[in-house]
Amino acid sequence: MKLREIAHSRTGDKGNTSNISVIAYHAKHYPLLKELVTAERVKAHFAGVVEGEVVRYELPNIAALNFVMDQTLGGGVTRSLALDAHGKSLSSALLDLEISAPPDPH
Amino acid sequence: MRTIRIGSGAGYSGDRIEPAVELAEKGDIDYLVFECLGERTVALAQQARMKNPESGYDPLLEERMRAVLPLCAAKGIKIVTNMGAANPEAAARKTAEIARSLGLSKLKIAAVVGDDVLDACKAGDFPIMEFPGSIRQLGNKLLSANAYLGAGPMADALTKGADVVITGRASDPALFLATMIHAFGWAMDDWNLLGQGTVAGHLLECAGQITGGYFADPGYKDIPGLARLGFPIGEVGADGSLVVTKVPGSGGAVTAQTCKEQLLYEVHDPVRYFQPDVVADFSQVSVEEIAPDRVRVSGGRGTKRTPTLKVSVGYVDSFIGEGQISYAGPGALARGRLALDIVRERLKLTGVSTSELRFDLIGMDSLHGSRVSAHGNEPYEVRVRVTGRTENLREAVRIGNEVETLYTNGPAGGGGAWKSARDVVAVASVLLPRELAKPQVRFVEA
Repeated sequence: MKLREIAHSRTGDKGNTSNISVIAYHAKHYPLLKELVTAERVKAHFAGVVEGEVVRYELPNIAALNFVMDQTLGGGVTRSLALDAHGKSLSSALLDLEISAPPDPH
Repeated sequence: MRTIRIGSGAGYSGDRIEPAVELAEKGDIDYLVFECLGERTVALAQQARMKNPESGYDPLLEERMRAVLPLCAAKGIKIVTNMGAANPEAAARKTAEIARSLGLSKLKIAAVVGDDVLDACKAGDFPIMEFPGSIRQLGNKLLSANAYLGAGPMADALTKGADVVITGRASDPALFLATMIHAFGWAMDDWNLLGQGTVAGHLLECAGQITGGYFADPGYKDIPGLARLGFPIGEVGADGSLVVTKVPGSGGAVTAQTCKEQLLYEVHDPVRYFQPDVVADFSQVSVEEIAPDRVRVSGGRGTKRTPTLKVSVGYVDSFIGEGQISYAGPGALARGRLALDIVRERLKLTGVSTSELRFDLIGMDSLHGSRVSAHGNEPYEVRVRVTGRTENLREAVRIGNEVETLYTNGPAGGGGAWKSARDVVAVASVLLPRELAKPQVRFVEA
């Protein structure tokens, strides 16, 4: 199952750093997100995109994780050669992450 | 308890205008805030101002003001905006002129100046945060340095009776926080209130991004009426309580999901969201749907502000040349790859001098790179894109030319070639001791 089945996501940008939120549709899936969507997995998933460190922050009140990915935006939004200089489309790539299925996605 | 209603009329400089008119008309709002100043916009505006001293403010200022000033004046809605960009005083004079031409006299228009800290930055030679180096090392490539001012001067302008407050570089949430500080008399060291006010400002500052914009994903997250998206209204109480809503009947939706996504937008450590007036803490925020299109957001906190202000430094970074061309039908991908190989070889062969090159196939791997996109299916059409960084415009032009010549020299059926070459004004940041920025409020009467 893809992460997309149990979570939604939004990307933000600051300089050369991208942040991606991963928010459980249902709070009951938050422990699963915490267990499966680790900083290491996210860094591996974005091989070739993220050149720096990935740090994960936990927000249990809103059943969300926030991934901060350093050295990701081609040297910075204002100077990047990338088509998507802001990295706005990165959240969609993260939702493509394969995770083991929980009993009841929706 | 007293409550104010703050409308968010723009999330970026080119944003739709009629949702702001809708807010003024039907939103029953007390304040209308326009956030229009992107990261590098001040640097570009500063260049414009150097050519013409009466320019350097937002190019859509006139259109926006003409659209909302009559309604706002009639209803007593106060406007706060950063459309001043590199020249808030000229923007205030222009707004006064527009007000007069609309027959609106006695409007008090305030300009907040003092975000321009170029001289202070040059004198101190501060280190750049994003890369090794300092202000001095940028030499004559340095264009501008603008401090992110806090809410204080804007709140002060409102308290002195301003109907319109126009600032240059200020923190985006502070545009909203200023209305709360003014309306409720919040102390500038009540860190928890300033933190919760920052949550409100942060949620509202991107306008449609909390009412269903930048959100829809058909089948998973469906949003009605995106073509007539309503912009948000924050109902803020004197105790910082917040309900996010929008004009009834407008397009879009305000839900717990839209609020959660926007809460974390452009946030790093949620415990330390650095602002000029406070270090806001979003980590304990809760979100609750209390009625359709009404979401209560609570739990924002804060700790003491830092002794420094973030300064956005604009500089001439480099030049970028680019070329694109499309291939379609059977074998499109192979022809696209061949095209990239040809350009790669041509750039070497003809000695184009670049410090960085990028070869993309739009439709295949241009957004996430070849590794992340490796399992994608072969598309019907692809678009070749070659970009490179150069030291001057002449070299940048040669990159697009080498893509364009694929028309007659490259693979079969290349169509829709396009090229560009441009200079790159980039931004970096430094931290400035806050006492070195000296904001002031100046009034213009219509």
